Amino acid sequence: MTKLTFIVNGEHKQVEIEPGEMLAEVLRKRLGLTGTKISCDELECGVCTVLVDDLPVLSCNYPAIKANGKHVTTIEGLASDGNLHPLQEAFVKKGATQCGFCTPGQIMTAAALLKEHPDPTIDDIEYALNDTLCRCGAYPAIVDAIRAASDKINHGTPIEYPQYEFEGGHKVIGQVVKRPEAVDKVTGAAIYTDDISFPDMLIGATLRAGIPHGRVTRLDTTAAEKLPGVHAVLTAADIPGRVNHGLVIQDWPALVGVGEKVRYVGDAIAIVAADTEDIARQALDLIEVEFEQLPVVTDPVEAKLDGAPLVHQEGNLLKHIKVDKGDIAAGFEQADVIMEDIYTMPTYEHAFMEPECSVARVTEDGRIELWVGSQIPYADREQVAAALDLQPQEVRVRSPLTGGGFGGKEDIAGQIHAAMLARSTGRPVKILYSRHESLLVHPKRHATRIKVTLGLKKDGRLTAAQTELFGDTGAYASLGTKVMGRATTHSTGPYIVPNVKIDCYAMYTNNPPAGAFRGFGALQACHAIECMMDQAAERLGLDPVEFRRMNALRENSITNTGQHLTESVGLLECIDRVEAEMLQSTNGAAPFAAREVKGQPNKRRAWGFAVAFKNTGLGEGAPDKATAEVELLDGGIAEARISSAEIGQGLVTVLQMITSQELGLPLDQVRVLLSDTDLTPDGGPTTGSRQTYISGNAVRHAANSLREQMAATLAEKFDVPPDEIKFIEGLAQVREEMVPVTDVVALMKQEGKEPKVVYEYWAPKTFPLGEEGDKHFAYSFAAQATEIELDLDTGEVAVIRTIGATDVGKVINPLGFQGQVEGGTIMGIGHALTEEFIIEDGIIFTDYLARYRMPSIHHTPREIKVIAVEHPTSEGPYGGKGVGEISTMPVPPSIVNAIYNACGIRIKTLPIDQDWLALELRKKAK
Amino acid sequence: MRQARGAFAVLAGGTDLLLDIQQGRHPVVDTLVDVSNIPELSTIEVYQDHIYLGAGVTHKQIISSQLLLENAQCVVEGCGLIGGPQVRNVATIGGNVSHALPAGDGTISLLALDTQVEIASIGGRRWEPLLEIFAGPGKVTFDRQQELVTRFRFNKRLEREGSTFHRVMRPQGVAIAILNMSGWVKLDDSEHLADVRIACGPAGPKPFRGFETESFLRGKCLDETILMEAARVLDAEVNLRTSKHRATKDYRHSLLPVLLKQVLLLAVSRAKENRE
Repeated sequence: MTKLTFIVNGEHKQVEIEPGEMLAEVLRKRLGLTGTKISCDELECGVCTVLVDDLPVLSCNYPAIKANGKHVTTIEGLASDGNLHPLQEAFVKKGATQCGFCTPGQIMTAAALLKEHPDPTIDDIEYALNDTLCRCGAYPAIVDAIRAASDKINHGTPIEYPQYEFEGGHKVIGQVVKRPEAVDKVTGAAIYTDDISFPDMLIGATLRAGIPHGRVTRLDTTAAEKLPGVHAVLTAADIPGRVNHGLVIQDWPALVGVGEKVRYVGDAIAIVAADTEDIARQALDLIEVEFEQLPVVTDPVEAKLDGAPLVHQEGNLLKHIKVDKGDIAAGFEQADVIMEDIYTMPTYEHAFMEPECSVARVTEDGRIELWVGSQIPYADREQVAAALDLQPQEVRVRSPLTGGGFGGKEDIAGQIHAAMLARSTGRPVKILYSRHESLLVHPKRHATRIKVTLGLKKDGRLTAAQTELFGDTGAYASLGTKVMGRATTHSTGPYIVPNVKIDCYAMYTNNPPAGAFRGFGALQACHAIECMMDQAAERLGLDPVEFRRMNALRENSITNTGQHLTESVGLLECIDRVEAEMLQSTNGAAPFAAREVKGQPNKRRAWGFAVAFKNTGLGEGAPDKATAEVELLDGGIAEARISSAEIGQGLVTVLQMITSQELGLPLDQVRVLLSDTDLTPDGGPTTGSRQTYISGNAVRHAANSLREQMAATLAEKFDVPPDEIKFIEGLAQVREEMVPVTDVVALMKQEGKEPKVVYEYWAPKTFPLGEEGDKHFAYSFAAQATEIELDLDTGEVAVIRTIGATDVGKVINPLGFQGQVEGGTIMGIGHALTEEFIIEDGIIFTDYLARYRMPSIHHTPREIKVIAVEHPTSEGPYGGKGVGEISTMPVPPSIVNAIYNACGIRIKTLPIDQDWLALELRKKAK
Repeated sequence: MRQARGAFAVLAGGTDLLLDIQQGRHPVVDTLVDVSNIPELSTIEVYQDHIYLGAGVTHKQIISSQLLLENAQCVVEGCGLIGGPQVRNVATIGGNVSHALPAGDGTISLLALDTQVEIASIGGRRWEPLLEIFAGPGKVTFDRQQELVTRFRFNKRLEREGSTFHRVMRPQGVAIAILNMSGWVKLDDSEHLADVRIACGPAGPKPFRGFETESFLRGKCLDETILMEAARVLDAEVNLRTSKHRATKDYRHSLLPVLLKQVLLLAVSRAKENRE
């Protein structure tokens, strides 16, 4: 041990540290300053930034001893005298914090910038934040926040909330409001799972297969068990209950036992609980395991061939999904032109900033209590209970804040393992995945190959669309059947097509499992059809916008699954508004023609266009419901409770707003409690852009019903009709009298009425493919125009400007809406330009964040125009429907189309390979 | 270093070394010898005709130095492209060079200035041309267990001299240049190249100087034809290859003339401005 003496946030500190300890560990573990987060642990992401003598450094790999005698400032040290630092205030007001996990790093990096450049330009800001990553893509808001903070510091300008065109409509709904948990996120007080610890807590670690396919022939844990400091080494033989987990099909073993098969490199073989992480890792090294290696299949098309190695006994086909409408042969016969092409998209990684973490303990009454940042707490509870052979009620799952999900925190990661180890040792156990482990293990986006064949009349009308999709669902089903189902139904785009035939094959391979990821299969489908639509427009000599407008779904259209759209189809307005904005920016010049860039003869600019649609909710016959509870507490506070997850998207805000709106209570008198299976009823999975609609409706109805009960109580007491009673700003207005809600609560209690309503909301019924009836109860629509700049010499592509219009029915939370669209756009840019999860023969190449690039502020266009289109859906809350996924979807095809417009080269494989593009440009020039 | 127990490595900023150790690319060590607190290694000074740059100078110091901006613009530019501010605050120029990667941005920019490097040990110190200390990717000719890079020196910029640095990156994958290039030129009174230096990487197992291209260019006046011919000479003397998931050999070859033109034209225009 060495003595470290330094000044932290102005206080002298002296701690004993181990050789090699990093500053982040010392701050978090020895000083309890958990505001500093660790995300990649490899100097890539900037999340762990703290100031050492006023200079920003990455504390995850800054040897703590180097801070000896120096001043260290962390996020906790930024506020003074209880007042937020201007940066903190600005991050709250400008919506610059979403999931919040990167926020401390962003703010500390910005704080250092402002010390050096008190009045930074956008260039200065982009240069300073270049390596401080935000997967929510809050960069535009972060830039606004830094400028606002600078203006306050330099000129005393007050920091205002942003103003949007799409505000308003109701007292609370539609207004720009503060994210309730934002202050905690900017001060470092926000608690994520890894911030939770217990004095006698053990650290768990997992032995991974490391090979993509094989049978375990021998497993010996003796040496590991003997290592001092090791408290448990468990294998498949120690699973008391159900070995397999899985959200739809239980095919994924929590641990692979002797005689059983590993099906991808991330399969778990054994788990260890030890006093420290070091000991746990040493113990893993001492476990002896032997495999009989088996042949590997990694391509979904090859996986379907006869004689392909079998990933599962029953065959590699997880599901063949079909859609048939009209007469496809007749449709092609009617066509003047038939076009066909194939588009491929790679595996993509969620790269949420917070790696997976589970903390489990056995409570005094023998139950399991589990903290985990989860998108589906009740599914975790069921799956943990089943593995441990417990009743679901014997497990409590609670989520602290979650540092991003995007679909990647729906499946089981370390939940079952942590619970098993806690039960085996009787001590709390934490399993925190390193970034490396996170990249290896959790389900990804399906790599997809889509063949599109279109039949067209000369005038541009679609007569037929046929698609064939192969989706790589990897080693286990996860949500593969559902994801590829959505890919199927979205693969002919938001268009009126009389004759459709779709065949989709979700295939098992020895790659990491693929599951939910923002866009949920519909993203891949959108990419293929939108590239194809541009190709078709060119072939027919039509304007790509007009061509889409001609075929676009509208009210009373029939979809490819035979659904009659009776309302809330804002696609045409999205197209019109984006086109108008785009033409304004070009001053009426042809947007899709390549334009030269003044002074840069090697550069070309052009716009590209695409549209998208995305279902809201589970759909296709899956029962879709949420149960919420709203209670009035003493002191006039209302609490809304539901298990649905806040993963950065802003659900807490939305539910607070709805409760406030319905009860007539000020926002600060409404609390929202999420994600605790003991205290919150089941809101269902946070997936499919469903929470605003489903959980929003559950809370809305519960609050509404509670208001009616209050009114009934007052009506009886004051003898007035209940509908004459109004609730305003925490007061009930009864004739001329204003009754505080606290009094109403007291009155209800006196009468023996509990001021609490539980409401189970069922979304409109949907029907599976192949049956009559609607497949989804609502769809969101979007149109997107993207301007790119291409370097003809190097093939480099930069996104200059984007315009996106989204029909979300009704914007409930404008700040959240803006953040979702900006962030979704940036993720779409990432998918097109920077991201590719590379797997070679089942072995993962992109196993560090350094190899998987998420878009940084450097890739963020300075202009992201966000347009809201509001075609309300009658059953949605205030007319609202989903927004979380659709904003990402049309971005990659709009970029690919823009590149074609700039240079005449059509890219059919994502991500865009500048190397290939540059060489194609050379060939073309010759 | 003499007192270090067991296997050791010299640690300055640690931004490469610590990750290499953790991710298994560097043998495990028992001791890290931190040299970042040695004041003599952290200075940037002028002495007579030379600029002396301490090996422990951070990238942040480099990009903030007016002295270097005036005398070694290519180094300021190269180092300014490395990492974000957090990395630049700790990563040192000595670390960048000692890591001996063929395309280290700091290294390549120093090569264009014909930099010499001081190697010190208990036995004394000596100056060597920077190019001479590289033995292969990650390998150096001096003894890392006995010797330490302590300083760099290069000539002060004179009238009608200019330099620059440029690189092309791939948006996917690791933050190592597909190809980088640094150039330094000296113009004579008739705007011909009195002298020129070109360095680029990765163009072989070691950081690369284009001596043949330099000979070709010396005495010439830049125009499109000369640039094209120079690119052909450079193309013949480099050793470009395909690195999986980063770049194809063909793409690298196609970038050579693009970078050469950008670098030379900018260096020349700077040299013209530097007429006192």
